[in-house]
Amino acid sequence: MIPTAWYLILAATLFVIGAAGVLLRRNVLIVLMSLELMLNSITINLLAFGHVLQDLRGQIIAIFVIAITAAEVAVALGILVALLRNKNTLEVDELTVLKG
Amino acid sequence: MEREFFLLLSAVAIASALLVVVARNPVHSALALVACLVQIAALYVLLGAPFLAVIQIFVYVGAVMVLFLFVIMMLDVRKEAQTRYLKNAVLPGVVALVILSGEMIVLLTQSARLHGVMGPGQPITTQPSVESLSLLLFQDFLLPFEVASVILLVALIGAVVLAKSDEGDVSAKGQKNHVKANGEGLK
Repeated sequence: MIPTAWYLILAATLFVIGAAGVLLRRNVLIVLMSLELMLNSITINLLAFGHVLQDLRGQIIAIFVIAITAAEVAVALGILVALLRNKNTLEVDELTVLKG
Repeated sequence: MEREFFLLLSAVAIASALLVVVARNPVHSALALVACLVQIAALYVLLGAPFLAVIQIFVYVGAVMVLFLFVIMMLDVRKEAQTRYLKNAVLPGVVALVILSGEMIVLLTQSARLHGVMGPGQPITTQPSVESLSLLLFQDFLLPFEVASVILLVALIGAVVLAKSDEGDVSAKGQKNHVKANGEGLK
């Protein structure tokens, strides 16, 4: 039997690593990939609690998280392609269109 | 035996996650993320969710990461991003990360309610079947399921609209050339 705390520690570690990628990296693509990493760590948490409580709703929510992530990635990469075509850059600090 | 497997999988997962963040080349980041996601899929099997493991491989590794790799190779971003980290945001970012990890450590070690829930863990053999999962999904969670399908449809249309370029004639020309090239390739 694996203690549930191990899963939670692993998920927290992966979440912090993903947050580091989101906060520190300059390339938009890698920021998106780090976002995927954070979502995956949350899914580990959901499944760990679902496993320990013997409740299937954790797995149901994880399925929805994965489906919504697929939609989010498709839209984000579409935005990215349009952005690269118009602004010709992928660096986060140069994409300041929303600043007004 | 399970613990050794868990330690191996989580060590590889954390190492490849670190590689995602520090790699200079976006292609290396994407491949490291593929490795990390496969380890997490194996962890789902340890957590008694084999269906989720298969979904993870299909959707993340099969669809999402291939989409990422397509965009990386289509846009040729390797020349674009030479500096890895933001210049004037490193200090606030690191401070935020330190606060976040401290918060996580305090939550995981100090919360009495969390420890009451956690317990010693469950053996893998008592996992619920995929059949009961599908019954729950299609009976109690049918409405969220349908809403998710509508969201996927909206995202599909949105991605097509966003990726189309504004100048209609240029894109039409480009697409014509594309079609021509494809047709010649097929012949």
